[in-house]
Amino acid sequence: MEIKKAAMAGTLESSDAQVTVEPGNGTIELSIESSVIHQFGKQIRATILETLGRLEVDDAKVTVVDKGALDCTLKARVECAVYRSNGMTEDLPWGGVIR
Amino acid sequence: MSHPYKKRLRRSMMFLNCQKPGLIKDPYIYKPDSIMLDLEDAVAENQKDAARYSLFHALKEIDYRGVERVVRINGLDTPHWREDIRVCVAGGADTIRIAKTESAKDVHTVEEYVLAAEREFGRPEGSTLLMAALESCRGVLHALEVCESSDRLIGIALSGGDYTKDLQTVITGTGVELQGARQQMIIAARAAGVQCWDTVFTNLDAMDVFEEEVRMIKMMGFDGKSLVNPRQIDVVHKIFTPSQKEIIFAEKVVREIEEKKALGIGVFTVDGKMIDIAFYDGAKRTIALAKASGVYEGDL
Repeated sequence: MEIKKAAMAGTLESSDAQVTVEPGNGTIELSIESSVIHQFGKQIRATILETLGRLEVDDAKVTVVDKGALDCTLKARVECAVYRSNGMTEDLPWGGVIR
Repeated sequence: MSHPYKKRLRRSMMFLNCQKPGLIKDPYIYKPDSIMLDLEDAVAENQKDAARYSLFHALKEIDYRGVERVVRINGLDTPHWREDIRVCVAGGADTIRIAKTESAKDVHTVEEYVLAAEREFGRPEGSTLLMAALESCRGVLHALEVCESSDRLIGIALSGGDYTKDLQTVITGTGVELQGARQQMIIAARAAGVQCWDTVFTNLDAMDVFEEEVRMIKMMGFDGKSLVNPRQIDVVHKIFTPSQKEIIFAEKVVREIEEKKALGIGVFTVDGKMIDIAFYDGAKRTIALAKASGVYEGDL
């Protein structure tokens, strides 16, 4: 999926993550800020990249500010930001690429 | 055939805002009978889409350990409810709570979209249950037709805030403004053989008033109550779970009625109280409730 415009999802509350996606420069540029980066940085990164991969996003600047979110929350926030950047809120592929 | 969980124990139904990951990640630790994951009033208008992604992954990935997963969808007068239904069914929600229900037609509309979603997402047809929140004078007056509207319908819940607004009064804390609705709804629910739940109590500083209200709605016949805070769960469970004294009496009544029936005796006394066949169903219900609540160890 193409990132058509900058979009954000999530908050800075505990157990949440704020994800921003912006049009990229030909690749994925991922920046992660997290209070648990030393323990879970690899896992957070893997979850974000896997979610972007499923959504076929390969050209984006992605910024994640993690506040101790579970994997399911990270996925939810990335998906929401990507679909928002495409202006899509209905007839979403639940159980398809969103899974 | 009726759904196996249609009449499960639902004393406590706790609302949780789907917009808040911290709330929906582990509410099973408080052991409510049901959680109600909210896509409606608790979620800001510009976050309706975000709440659905959180809901979908929570339903798919969090083990709620047997707690029923109800989702409150947005009203039929909004642009949100169709996608709400799709995500609920795709995620495998147990039950959908229909907001602002006013007629059987409202339930039929939701039922039609739920069936379409079950087909779209490969869920068994009829597996998604429904409950209806009555939030207006018209809804309350149509309680019976709503209760009889669908095989999927587990029951009706009063939503006191919107209802009192429609009635042109406010929640007073005395319950006087809700008397008519409560009475009408429980009678309709029992006539139709479905369950009935009372409205939320939002003043968390008045736990004594809350407890009185729970005792009252239990006496009125309600199956349970919508809740807004985990602190309210134990109070409801304590009041809605039969005491050992009540269980022992119910056992005696059931046994005596069965024995006396065989001897051709219709009326007799148990612990000084006159008992006849009219007490049988009530005693059986006490034992069933005790069993469902996990406090019955007898063999009836």
